[in-house]
Amino acid sequence: MQAVAERAPPEPLGRVSTDWKGAIDCDVHPHVPDIAALTRHMDDYWRETVGVRGITGFESIAYPPRAPLTVRPDWRGDKAAGRERADTDPKRTAAALMDRHGFAHSILNCLYAVQLIRDEHMAAAFCRAVNDWVRAEWLDRDPRYRASIILPLQNPELSVDEIERCAPDKRFIQVMGLAAGEQPLGKSHFWPVWQAAERHNLAVGIHSGSSYYHATTGSGWPSYYLEDYAAQSLAFHTQLGSFIAEGVFVKFPKLKLVLIESGVTWIAPYLWRLSKFWRGVRLEVPWIDRSPVEFVRDHVRLTIQPFDAPNSGETVGRLMDQLQSDQMLLFASDFPHWQFDGDAMLPGGIDASLRKKILIDNPLATYPRLVSPH
Amino acid sequence: MTRHVVARAAELQPGTRKLVTVEGRGIVVLNIKGELFALSNTCPHKGASLCNGLLTGLVRSTKPGEYQYERAGEILRCPWHQWEFDVRTGRSYCDPRRLRLMQFPIAVEPGASVVEGPYVAETFPVAIEDDYIVLEVP
Repeated sequence: MQAVAERAPPEPLGRVSTDWKGAIDCDVHPHVPDIAALTRHMDDYWRETVGVRGITGFESIAYPPRAPLTVRPDWRGDKAAGRERADTDPKRTAAALMDRHGFAHSILNCLYAVQLIRDEHMAAAFCRAVNDWVRAEWLDRDPRYRASIILPLQNPELSVDEIERCAPDKRFIQVMGLAAGEQPLGKSHFWPVWQAAERHNLAVGIHSGSSYYHATTGSGWPSYYLEDYAAQSLAFHTQLGSFIAEGVFVKFPKLKLVLIESGVTWIAPYLWRLSKFWRGVRLEVPWIDRSPVEFVRDHVRLTIQPFDAPNSGETVGRLMDQLQSDQMLLFASDFPHWQFDGDAMLPGGIDASLRKKILIDNPLATYPRLVSPH
Repeated sequence: MTRHVVARAAELQPGTRKLVTVEGRGIVVLNIKGELFALSNTCPHKGASLCNGLLTGLVRSTKPGEYQYERAGEILRCPWHQWEFDVRTGRSYCDPRRLRLMQFPIAVEPGASVVEGPYVAETFPVAIEDDYIVLEVP
């Protein structure tokens, strides 16, 4: 809370800025209110199974409900006032984002913890329920919403089935998994999933978070939430390295990989190392026939919240210089996570032309289904 | 352009190499299957001496899991960081436009023509009946 008090006061509520008009918000989290919301979308077997086994839901420790980061104060529920948290309600979420700012779209990335489920068939059943819940309760309620297909990456075949099931609905524009699962996502084991995504013009989104198959850091379990959250970018290092080295972008040249809620600035020093070491050991991955940084410029995008750097134009400018690309960043509010106060959704120091790219052009270039839905 | 006699031809058999110093510059001279190459001995990365680097082939690939091994022995790898240089072009694999080794024209010439000049051969007593390796340095 201390850090918040030191910041500039939030902009006055109620002020409607037109600066955001037409923006595409690439990371919004709808919250499943309770297990009943999902069982309504399950078949008889799974509905009964959930009831008989007494499954009350899957809650990951990635976002402890009372952690400050999990929900910004003005979007929290208020029991006394009989109000649920805003991210359970498509109208209130739209009011906070698309209505208030004039965004063209909000892309829904549901973080219900399907990745925790070890039974891969149950995981697939929960993914189907989550995706159908998103479709019925969100996509059908507001034509501006778009969504990611949540995948049961516990099993690639079941993931492909879920893509095939959902892909005919063009409001799904991306498939999504978490940054820390059972094994690195570039491995050939997962290629049928990325092949299906490419075939359907779906981007591949990797969101921060873990299935907790393994410790959340490469050195073992940390003790505190603080460590866990700050270590998320390390899982992204692994996934980015895996997608590149395994040759996923060589195999699927149309694929776009979106790193969501990963932070941003870590990528420059990581790419520096990856590209430098490649020069000496490229013989083990000869299909990587040009510098890894070039694959990243062509295929990899990052959502801009949380922006993990000082709020200064100089920092942003230097990052863009190092990436040598103004196409890699995608606008995102990361609603309802508390990444910024008021309407300060972008870091300072972004000029008008770059701002337009981040808000509109880059998302359109990343998600083909936003441009030609049919 | 100065022409320098740097070795007797018989001294540099196929599969061997020699480091020579010409006008203060280290130059690695290679005989690869009977073909001669002369390249700057200094790696443009950190300045390592390249003359003892591994000579290997060019490995290329069009898809994961495919390894095409071509042009055996024509790629010189820096002994420090293993960056690759093509002996035919001097260019590095990793950054061929910016990172490259200077190449020097090299030829075998009979002793009779070498004796006539305009050659510099301070270290060699040149005999008419032998062949010599001659480098051109700008």
